[in-house]
Amino acid sequence: MIPFQYARANDVADAIKQIAADPSAKFIAGGTNLIDLIKYDVEEPTRLIDISHLPLRSIEQTSTGGVLIGAMVPNTDLAYHPMIEERYPLLARAIMSGASQQLRNMASTGGNLLQRTRCFYFYDTATPCNKREPGSGCSAIDGVNRINAVLGTSQACIATHPSDMCVALAALDATVHVAGPAGARTIAFADFHRLPGNTPQRDTNLEPDEIITAIELPPKGFSANYSYLKIRDRLSYAFALVSVAAALELDGDTIKEARLALGGVAHKPWRSSAAEAALLGKRADATAFAQAADWLLHGAKGYGHNNFKIGLARRAIVRTLGQAARGMPQSLSDKKIR
Amino acid sequence: MARSGTAKRVTRTASVPEKIPIRLTVNGNQMELRVAPWTTLLDALRDHLDLTGTKKGCDHGQCGACTVLVDGRRISSCLTLAVMKEGAEIITIEGLARDGVLHPLQQAFIDQDAFQCGYCTSGQICSGVGLLAEGKARTPNEIRELMSGNICRCGAYPNIVAAILQAMERS
Repeated sequence: MIPFQYARANDVADAIKQIAADPSAKFIAGGTNLIDLIKYDVEEPTRLIDISHLPLRSIEQTSTGGVLIGAMVPNTDLAYHPMIEERYPLLARAIMSGASQQLRNMASTGGNLLQRTRCFYFYDTATPCNKREPGSGCSAIDGVNRINAVLGTSQACIATHPSDMCVALAALDATVHVAGPAGARTIAFADFHRLPGNTPQRDTNLEPDEIITAIELPPKGFSANYSYLKIRDRLSYAFALVSVAAALELDGDTIKEARLALGGVAHKPWRSSAAEAALLGKRADATAFAQAADWLLHGAKGYGHNNFKIGLARRAIVRTLGQAARGMPQSLSDKKIR
Repeated sequence: MARSGTAKRVTRTASVPEKIPIRLTVNGNQMELRVAPWTTLLDALRDHLDLTGTKKGCDHGQCGACTVLVDGRRISSCLTLAVMKEGAEIITIEGLARDGVLHPLQQAFIDQDAFQCGYCTSGQICSGVGLLAEGKARTPNEIRELMSGNICRCGAYPNIVAAILQAMERS
């Protein structure tokens, strides 16, 4: 690894002060992505500011009935927390679908949001990549793009966001709490990650001198009718080709509320208000689910190797909504899709 | 938590930093060492403390060969900076046996013939010890899922699952 300086942040204010003082520094928490990227010379920080010891490790109920999750809570602690397992099982399942137990033990909640794409070309410093080297070009568009995006792409970038947890957080309408030199603010989850556009080097709307302090879940957790289905090249410990988070509120077999988000297909968790609206008042059946899938995949465009993702996503959406409607979420250990 | 956004190259002007003194408890022994900030826990164990039972497989968190227990939890030591674990309690494969008696999972790996070349084995066993402590896996399918971070290129998986089941039943 390249040499870098190391400093520990004592509290959030100290972390903000330290990052503002050194624009080539980076925060490090779990390190599961950043250290890997440093080893590949994709990230070259001159200083790492260790925020892993900041007192942001609690999971607490809010006064409005939601849950506030500290940014340093490890992924396993979050997935196994009784309140999350019981009230937000969609989030627990999504977290447990990602990475390995070793990495989930290390990775922080805030860091999960900030992990970077696993596009082959982003990692390969011998090739052009607009996300890594703005203006150098996109190697994936005409390259090996089987794992790349089919929605919300641009001529500059067809990378996907790799997180499973974020797909559930998007479906649950979470809020991101951040702090910076100007004080604290909140960002709606849908506005946190960006589409690539002409600035694919920017993954999120977090400012360089800001830090994530917490994630807030609203009271509604859809614990009765939900499912997270992840389709990948092996049965465990692989990134999603397509993943679906579905949550329904039913009155008998009529849909009263629907949430639907896709992973593995775009630069951010992919939702569509039209797709969710199309389900309202409908009978929870395959016809309605297929219509919602059409809405959610509206404008999808393949780049050759990844054309299969569009059909795969359509079928996965129908399956996942069916699982949610039946109250039989996809099992994490029995991989058969029922 | 990495800062998001600009990945543009920065002209590197930082001088090579000093080594940093850290204290670790490794297999019950207090250790003091001086490491560069970029020294991984894996390299600190192998190159500074001569604990070469922990293996370097991929060095990118993808294979699990470097799995050790930090404060009771299994982690990938190749993606962990030693300086960040100041004061932590580390258990490696060398620290599992007690008074010359193998850990029940070590014995189970022998009983069930759960390895061939052995390169992944210390990571498999440390990961399995972490799994047993978590208490989440009960069935073979659940063991497979929660052991998926440990790759065995010899393909000893069925016997690894059998070994973990054996240790689970006897604990």
